[in-house]
Amino acid sequence: MTQLILFNVTNGLIIGAFYVLMALGLSLILNLSNVINFAHGNFLALGGYLAFALTPTLGYWGALVVSPFLVALIGLVVERLMIRRIYGRDPVYSLLLTFGLAFVMQDAARYIWGPNGLPLGLPAALAQPISPDLFFITYYRIFMVAVVIVAVAGLFAFMRYTRVGLRIRAGTLDLETVASLGVNVRHLRTFNFAVGCLLAGLSGVLAAGQIGLNPNMGDDLLMPSFIAIIVGGVGSLIGTLFGGLLIGMAAALTTVFYPSASEAVIYAILMAVLLIRPRGLVGEEGMLS
Amino acid sequence: MTMAIASLGGRLPITAGRRELTLVLIWAVLLSVPFWLPLLGGYTALAGRVLVFGLAAMGLNMLLGFTGVLSFGHAAYFGLGAYGAGLTLRYLVHSTPLAMLAGTLLGGLAGTLFGLLIVRRRGVYFAMCTIAFGQLWYYLAYSWNSFTGGFDGLRDFQRQPIGFGPLTLHIEDGGTTFYFFLLAIFAVAAALMGVLLRSPFGRTLLAIRENERRARFLGIPVERHIWLSFSISCFFTALAGTLYALLNNFADPLTLHYSLSGYFVVMTVMGGMRTFWGPLLGAAVFVAMQDYISSMTVNWMSFVGAIFMLVVLFFPRGLLGAMRRRLKS
Amino acid sequence: MSNHTLSVRRRTLLQAGLALGASQAIGAPFVIKALGDEPVKIGMVDPLTGVLSALAQSEVDGAKYAEAEINKKGGILGRQVQLLVEDSANDVGTGVQKTRKLIDRDQVNAIIGDVNSGIAYAMSQVTNEKKVFHIVAGGHTDPITGTNCKWNVFRVCNTTTMDAEAVTPELVKKFGKKWFFVTPDYAYGHTLQDAFVKALTKLGGTYEGDMLPINNTDFSATLIKAKAYKPNVLLNNMGGLTQINCMKQFTQFGMQNEMGLGGALFELESIKGCPPEAQTGWWDMEWWWNQPNVPEVVKFVADYRAATKKTPSARDWFGYVSMHSVRLAADKAKSLDGPKLAAAMEDMELPPDVALQPGKVVYRKGDHELMPNIFVGEVHPSKGAADDVFTLGTLVPGAQAAGSVEETGCKMVEPS
Repeated sequence: MTQLILFNVTNGLIIGAFYVLMALGLSLILNLSNVINFAHGNFLALGGYLAFALTPTLGYWGALVVSPFLVALIGLVVERLMIRRIYGRDPVYSLLLTFGLAFVMQDAARYIWGPNGLPLGLPAALAQPISPDLFFITYYRIFMVAVVIVAVAGLFAFMRYTRVGLRIRAGTLDLETVASLGVNVRHLRTFNFAVGCLLAGLSGVLAAGQIGLNPNMGDDLLMPSFIAIIVGGVGSLIGTLFGGLLIGMAAALTTVFYPSASEAVIYAILMAVLLIRPRGLVGEEGMLS
Repeated sequence: MTMAIASLGGRLPITAGRRELTLVLIWAVLLSVPFWLPLLGGYTALAGRVLVFGLAAMGLNMLLGFTGVLSFGHAAYFGLGAYGAGLTLRYLVHSTPLAMLAGTLLGGLAGTLFGLLIVRRRGVYFAMCTIAFGQLWYYLAYSWNSFTGGFDGLRDFQRQPIGFGPLTLHIEDGGTTFYFFLLAIFAVAAALMGVLLRSPFGRTLLAIRENERRARFLGIPVERHIWLSFSISCFFTALAGTLYALLNNFADPLTLHYSLSGYFVVMTVMGGMRTFWGPLLGAAVFVAMQDYISSMTVNWMSFVGAIFMLVVLFFPRGLLGAMRRRLKS
Repeated sequence: MSNHTLSVRRRTLLQAGLALGASQAIGAPFVIKALGDEPVKIGMVDPLTGVLSALAQSEVDGAKYAEAEINKKGGILGRQVQLLVEDSANDVGTGVQKTRKLIDRDQVNAIIGDVNSGIAYAMSQVTNEKKVFHIVAGGHTDPITGTNCKWNVFRVCNTTTMDAEAVTPELVKKFGKKWFFVTPDYAYGHTLQDAFVKALTKLGGTYEGDMLPINNTDFSATLIKAKAYKPNVLLNNMGGLTQINCMKQFTQFGMQNEMGLGGALFELESIKGCPPEAQTGWWDMEWWWNQPNVPEVVKFVADYRAATKKTPSARDWFGYVSMHSVRLAADKAKSLDGPKLAAAMEDMELPPDVALQPGKVVYRKGDHELMPNIFVGEVHPSKGAADDVFTLGTLVPGAQAAGSVEETGCKMVEPS
C-alpha cells in the first residue's frame, strides 16, 4: 500500500515536472512577446541531440550543462533573424513562422542524425534504482526532479530578484511603458526568448535520458504544455507551474487505475477549465484578451 | 447606420466590371481542369484535393480574413466533417447526400458550441484554445478504436452513387465524374459564401476586423457577430471535410491534427487573406507545390517550412494581395 | 526607397520560383516520352517522414537495391525497371493521393506499400479499383490478407497470428506459462494480443495485462503491476520508440532478474536505438541477416553491405522481395496486366536467391500471404561483430504458424 502511494506521488512529480519545465519556457515567450512558439518541441529535441553530440567530448555532466546554453544561443539567433520581424503584427504571422520553423527543425534533426532512435548514455550511477523495494525510483528520476526544481526555483528567483527579471515581468503587463522608461525592449525580448529556449533545451537533455532521442520527440510534449498554460492561466508563470503539476499528477494517477485514459484526462481537465473558469486557475481576467 | 458601417468596412473586393471578368476566368479554368491538368504533369485527383482544401481554407478565411479572428484549429471541424460522413456511410445508411449533411452538421455544431465558450477571448489566447480543442478531437478519434477505427482510421465505407429520379450520378469511380461533382458542391458553397460576405452581415464583419472598438461603440453586438462568423466558417470547413472523406473513402485522425490547421492557415495567407479567391489560389499553389516537392526529395518538410517562413516574412499579403496592391499603385 | 527595393526583391523571388516550377512541370512529361524504350515502372509509397521513417527508409533501400540488381540482369520482360518512390508522410490522404498519382500520371504497372497498415489498406482500395498489382511489403494489420483480402493485393510481412504462434511455444518452454502483456491500445495491438492469448491458452497458460496509449513514455505503473503479478514472462507488444522505452525501464528496474522478456517483433532498427542493457529478450525476426549455413544469404549480405554500407534488416528484405516478386510474376505471366500478375503470383515459390532462407517460401493462394520462416531467437548486445545482436533459437515455418485460410476470414473475390 505504501508502495502504491509513494509510487503515485513520485510518478506524478516526475511527469508533472516535465510538463512544468517545458510549459514554463513556452509561457515565458508567450507572455512577453505574444508569440506561440510552435517550434518549442523542436528546441527540446535539439537540446537532447546536442547533448548526444557533446557527450563523447564533455561527458554526460558537461553535456548536461552546455547543451541548454547552446540551444539558448540558437534560439537567440532565430529570434534576431526571424521572430523579431513579426512582433506587433497580426498573431497569425508569428504562429505561421514558428510553425514553419518547426518543420525545418524537425527535418534538419532527421537529416543530421537520421530517422532512427538514438540512445543517450547515462552515467551508470544514475541508472540504478535507489533500493530493491523502491525499484521503480531510479536515481535518474530523482535527479530529474531535482534539476527541474532547481531550474524552476532559479527562474522564479531570477524573475523576482534581478533587474532583467523585473523588466520582463513589467513588460508582460505593459510593454509600452517599459519601453518609454528607457529599457531596450528589443534586447529584452531576445533575452527572454533565449531563456525560454534554454528551458526547452534542458527539458530535452532530461527527456533524452529517459525516453531516448528521435526527431519527433518534442511533438508529444507540446500539447500538454499548451494545456498546462491554459489551465494555469495565460500570462502567469505561477499558473503555468500549477497547471503543469496538476495535469502531471492527474495523468499519473489515471495511469494506475485506467491506463488508456491517461492522456484523455488532460483534455478533460482542459474542457473543464474552459467551461468553468476560462481564465485559468491563477489567471487574471483580461490577460491577453 | 449602414452607411457608417460601409465606410468603416471599406472598399468592395474588386470593382464591378473586373469582378465579372474574374469570375468568368476562374470558372473557365476550374471547368476545364480535366483537359489541361494532365498536360502539365498533374492528375485529376490532385485538382479534387485542391478544391476540397480550397473550400476549407475559404471557410477559414471568412473568420480569419474577413472578421480578423485567428483560429489555428480549424482542422477539427474539417475532420469532424470527414468522420461524420464516414460514420454515416459505414454504420447508418448508404447515402452520399445524407452523409454529407451529417458530417457538415457534426463539424458545424461542434464549432458553434465551442465558439460560445471562447468568444470573449482574443488574439493569441483564442488561437491557443482553438488549437487545444482541435487536438482534443484528434485524441478522441485515435483512441476510440471500436467506433472510429482509432489510429488506423475509419474505413470500409465508400461514396455511393447519387440518384436524382431516373438519373444516377456514378461518383463511385474516381476520375472526372467525381471531380465535377466536387466542383458543383464547391460552386454552391462558394456562391453561398459570396452572398453572405456581400450582405450587411458580411459588411459588419469587415467593420469588426478593421476596428473592433469603434464597431462596439456603434452598437454592433461584436461578440455575437464573431460567434456567428466562427460558426458559419466551421460549417463550410466541415462540408469540405465531408468531401475529403468521399475523395479518399477513408477518414483518419490526421485530418483533425493541428498541422492540417496550419496548412489551411498557410493556404489562406499565401493566397491572400483579405481576398475572396485568395485561399483557393493558395490551396492550389500549396497542394501542387507539396505534391511536386515531396516527389523530388525526402527533405520536402524543410522546403515547405521554409516557404511558410518566407511567406510570413516577405509575402504577408499573399499572392492576390500583392497583385491587388500592384494594380492599385 | 526601401519599400520599392523590397517589393522588387519580392517580385523577383516570386517570378523566379514560378518560372522554375513551370519549367519543371511542363518539361517533365515530355522528357519521359523522349526515352527510347518505355521502362517498367513500379511505384512505392512509404512514410519516409514521420514516426515510421526509419522502417520505411529500410524498405526503400531494399527496393532500390533490387531495382539495380534486376536492371543489371536484363530487367523485366526485356525492359529496364524504374522505381518511383513517393512519401506518404504517414498520412492517409497523402498516401491515397500519391497512389493515384503513380497510377494515373506515371502509369505504373505495380504498387508497393505502405508500412502504415491504415494507409496500406486505403491504398489497396485504390489499386483494387484500378486493377493494379499491389504488394504490401511491411504493413502488419491482419485484415489485409484476412477479412479485407483483395485479389490484387499480396503481402510479404507476417500476420500477428503467425508471429504470435511462432514465438509462444518457445517462450513457454523457456520461461513458463504465466504471462503479463504490455500492449498498445489500437487495432494492431489488440489483434496481436488476441493472437497471443489464443496461442497461450492453447498451451494452458494464464495471463494479465495492461492496455496503454500508443505514445506512452512512462511504464512504471504497468511494470509495478507486472512485478506484483509475478509472471514468467513479460510480453512487450509496444512498437517503435515506446517499445524501446519499455525495455529500458524494464532493465532499469532490474526486472530481468525475476522474469523473462519477449514478444513478437523487435526490429533491428529499434534494437540499434537501445542502450546495450536493454537489448534483451526472445522475439520473432521476420528475416535475419546472419545465416552462415545459407550461401545465398552470405553473398547477399556481403554485396548489400558493400553497396549500402549497412546491414540489411527484415525491412530491407521486404523491399527486396517485393521488387523481385513483381519480376517473377511478370516472367511467369509474360505480361504486366494486373489480373494476370496476380494469378501468376498465387502459389509462387520464391527462388533461393530471393527467399534468402532455407525451406519453401510461397505466396499462399487462399489469402495471398507470403509464408516464409519465422526466426525465433534471443536478442543480446553485440558480440563483437557489427549488428550481431540476435541469435537464432529455432526456425518456425510460416505455414505452420499461420493457421488455415478459413481462420483468417479471407474470402477472395476474383476480378470481374
